[in-house]
Parts: sequence; C-alpha cells; structure tokens
Amino acid sequence: MRYCFLFLALLFGAAPIHAQQPTGVEAIDTPNDSGGSITVTWARAELPDGAVYKLAVGESEHGPFHPINRSEVNLQSTDPGTFGHGDETHHRVFAKITEYADLADPSNRLPIENGKTYYVRVNAQLPSGETLPFAIASATASENFFNWSKGNNFVIGTVFSLIILGGIILAQKRDLFIRRIAGLEALDEALGRATEMGKPVLFAHGLHPMGSVSTIAAINVLSRVANRTAEFNTELRVANNDPIVMAVSREVVKESYLNAGRPDAYSEDMVFMVATEQFSYAAALDGMMVRDRPATNILMGYFYAESLLLAETGASIGAIQIAGTDSYTQLPFFITTCDYTLMGEELYAASAYLSREPKLLGSLKGQDIGKAVLLIAMILGTLLATVFDFDTLTHVFSAD
Amino acid sequence: MLFLRRTLPLIIAFVMGVIGILCFYIPHSAAESLELELTKWDRIVAAFALVLGIYSLMRLHWTRVRRQNPGWGYSFLVFVGFAIMTLFAIYNDGQGPLNPQEIDTGPFVWMYNNVQVPADATMFSILAFFIASAAYRTFRARTPEAAILLVSAIIVMIGRVPIGAAIYHALPDLAQWMMDVPNLAAKRGILLGVSLGAVATALRIIFGIERSYLGGGEE
Repeated sequence: MRYCFLFLALLFGAAPIHAQQPTGVEAIDTPNDSGGSITVTWARAELPDGAVYKLAVGESEHGPFHPINRSEVNLQSTDPGTFGHGDETHHRVFAKITEYADLADPSNRLPIENGKTYYVRVNAQLPSGETLPFAIASATASENFFNWSKGNNFVIGTVFSLIILGGIILAQKRDLFIRRIAGLEALDEALGRATEMGKPVLFAHGLHPMGSVSTIAAINVLSRVANRTAEFNTELRVANNDPIVMAVSREVVKESYLNAGRPDAYSEDMVFMVATEQFSYAAALDGMMVRDRPATNILMGYFYAESLLLAETGASIGAIQIAGTDSYTQLPFFITTCDYTLMGEELYAASAYLSREPKLLGSLKGQDIGKAVLLIAMILGTLLATVFDFDTLTHVFSAD
Repeated sequence: MLFLRRTLPLIIAFVMGVIGILCFYIPHSAAESLELELTKWDRIVAAFALVLGIYSLMRLHWTRVRRQNPGWGYSFLVFVGFAIMTLFAIYNDGQGPLNPQEIDTGPFVWMYNNVQVPADATMFSILAFFIASAAYRTFRARTPEAAILLVSAIIVMIGRVPIGAAIYHALPDLAQWMMDVPNLAAKRGILLGVSLGAVATALRIIFGIERSYLGGGEE
C-alpha cells in the first residue's frame, strides 16, 4: 500500500514538472534579416501562473551563460512570415535574441555577432524560484540575401510586371480598346475655356513628395497640360508645396513649352513655391483663387484635408475643376465639388490616355488584365476559404 | 546635349528604380547601407531644392509687393514672418545658431505654437462649413445616384450620434454595416486599382516607356 501511494505521488507529482520543461529546443539564425540575431524555438507548454521562461546565451556549450532580460516569447503563429501558417505554429513558441547582458556589468548589452556560434540555454522558472532542468541549442547568426517572407510579393509582382510588359508588346501589334475617361476628355475643353476667357489655368500639386507615384503621375499630367497651354497661349500657374516637386515641375513645363515651339512664352514665375505646411498651402491657394479667379483648376496628386478647402473655393469662383487623386479618403470631396474627378488608377493612366502612345496604352491594358486575375483569385479564394475551409490561396496573397 | 537631357535621366531612373526594388527584397547589410546612402543623397538634393523653394517664394511675393497687386499686404506679411522666424531660429533661445535647435522653449517655439498652430487649426475648422456647403449641393436628390448618396449619408451621420440609437435602436448597426460592407468594398476596389496602377506606372518609368516627366513625351 505504501509503495502504491509513493507510485501515485511520483506519477501525479512528477508529470507537471516534466510538462513544464522546455522540449524540442532548437536555435536557428533568424531568417530574412541582416544578421545580428538568432531565434530559439521550443514546444509550447502550460506553465503555472507566475512561471517564466529564462533564456541565457553563452559562447561555449559549458558556459558561462549571459542572461537575456528582455526576451519576448511568442507563439510561432504570430509571425507567419517566418514560420508559415501550419497548425504546428500554434504548438511552438519562439524568442528572437539580438543582445545579451555582460556578466561583468549587467547594464551593458553585448550584441549578437555574425559568424559566431552561440549556445542558448532555455529553462522555466517556477514562482517559488525553483528552476527546472534546462535544454541547450546552438546557432550562428548570418546576413541573408533574400527576404523569403516577401517571396509571394516578389512572385506576384514579377507576374504582374510580365503581364504589363506583355500588354505593352501586344499594343505595338494591334489597336487596343481603352475605355473613355471623362475627366481627361474634358481637359482640352477646360483649357480652351480658360483661353477663351483670357484667364489663367491653375495647376496645384498634392502634398506628397517627388518619390510618390501620385506625384509622378501628376507631373506627367502637368507635362501634357503645359504642352496644350503653350499651344493655346494660355497663362499657366503651377503651385507647389515641395521644393523638389517645384524644381521638377519647372523643368517639365520648360521642356513642354520648348517642344511646343513656344520657349518665349515660358517664364520661371509660372511654377512657384507656395508653402510647405498643409494649411498654409491651402490658405495661400484659396487666396490666389479668390483674387486671380482662374478659369480652370487642375488638382492632381495626393491630398489630405485641404482637398475640400481647395475644391470648394474653386467651385465658389465658378472655375472648371478637374481633380485626380489616389487618396480614397479625399475622393468623395473631389467628386462632390469638382466637375471631373480622376479616381485612383485613372490618375496614373492620364499620361498614357492623353498621349495615345501605343506602348503607354499597352501598359493600361496589362493593368486591366492584372486586375481581372486578382478578381478571379479573390472570388476563388473566398469560395475555397468559405465553403471548403481551405485558406492557402488567402495566404498566398497575404503580406505577412 | 541630348544625352544629358534624355539618356542620362533615363539611365538614372532605371538604375535607381532597380536598386529600389532590389533593396526591398534584400535584407543584407550592404543593401541597407546602399539604401541609407541614397536617402542621404535625397536629403542633400532636398536641401539644395529648399533654397530654390525659398527663392521662388520670395520672388513670387516680392513681385506682388512691387506691383502692388490686390492683396499685396499679405505678401508683405510673408517677408515680416520670414524675417522674424529666421531671427528667432538664429537666436535659438540664447544658444546661437551653431547649437542644435531648441525644440521645447524659446521665441521660435512660442511663435510656432501660438501663431502657426492656431492659424492651421482655424483653416482646418473652416472645413466644417465647407463640408456643409458641399453636402448641401451634392445631396439634392436630383438623380437616383444622388438619392442613394443622400439616404446613405443620413443613415451614417445619424447612426454615428447618440440620437440615432434613440430614434431607432438598429440605426448604429446599420450605419456600421454600411461602413464595413459597401463602403469597404468600394474602398478596396479603388485600392486594388491604385496598387496595380502604381506597379504599371513604376514599370513605365523604370523602363523608360513613360517620359512625360522629362517634359516632352516621345522624342
């Protein structure tokens, strides 16, 4: 009977202790990074309240081991970019180690160096202070040449690029149908109106700097607008809030006037800096609209809250307004106050549409094919995930 | 000359575009250093461009003052504001121009907090009136689309305030459903087009197909 009690005590007393020990401990070089980091993983275990995992790093398997005070232990499923989407990620935890404490001066942090092998000791400490048996694993940090967590992005980006390049090649062989964009069809009419009225055309850039695609697209539209105003001999005024955008706009307008055979009509004062602050920019432009009363306002680029301030003032002076933005939060304001609005991708397509150049139009066609592919993938992904509980296609298009 | 005006910018656009794409996928420290270096170049170019910007701003307002155009007094204020803020920046709360700019105390910060910020807030608050006038014009139910817009807007606006729930208990849920389903669907549709459009525009520029930004379109 005594032995029976002893057996039961060992059975029920020892089992939880074994469950709390870190098992399946593995250390790896942290993937997809520029080095200076190792990742240790182990099987998830239910710890009693107040118990914590203690990690320590050593340069030798036999120590000394340096404590890591600020290690964060998470489930692998919280980082699908590194560990994937499998069910096993719900049963394993990981900690990323980038530095460890100096034993001589614990406030001093030593970084993980590339090319050096480190031994990571993992054990659990109970609330009583008792430390359970540990496990050790080793890894060497190194720099990676490709971020595999962006692998799907790379493949999808490459496929869409090839589709767009295919569209460009196709456009050189045969005519392609491109749907009518009312805002761009109306551009000549709007510029003609300004010419007839003898009033200026005001072109206002959005707030984004030159690196933004919307600003580049706006510059492309400006080039076409400047070409027309040069031909029509209409005064063009280009307002900027970024000095680099101003410098580029100035060159673009100058070149356009030169190509239109009207270099004499160009003046540096046509392209000017207004203000770098958002609402100073809006206030100054509103003032210009009210005082100079341009016949046509063209608002192109990425806008924020100033969109309605500009467009509503333009509407109040009776100007024809054409706006183009990829900022979906501001689109409703432009749609309600402007005569024509280029929505999202239409802004990017403006240059190709206005030039009617086959290669540029081909890229638009490629873009449409890409959109169709994405729509099919979305419908298929929704069906598979909803009806068959198969979410792999969803993960293929996931950013992480 | 054609090389400097056309070929060289196209080469620079291609090389920088390819570097930008590669740096996005390569986590190696060499790629990070290159990206950092290019960011520094960008800052240097921006510093030179800022001088051009200030010159342009001054020239614009000086012309207005000289010609005494309507509202030239505001242009004069630009010079006054510019001079005062420049002096305060140099003064730097008594520490002089060679020390890092004081960002917590001093007349420069005081002017920013008590002139610039309230002026910005004033402009921002005007937006409320502009929204009202734009809504008045747009919400007139002259077409079926405008009528749908009017009804949707009323549901969303009333559903967002406590009186909405008092009028009908399901109104806040209906407003939230409209934001989460039809509104989000439209938003994602636009985002989808924008993302693909951005890829297409980037490709056109990187491969030199799009040349409008050089001023003249095709040669």
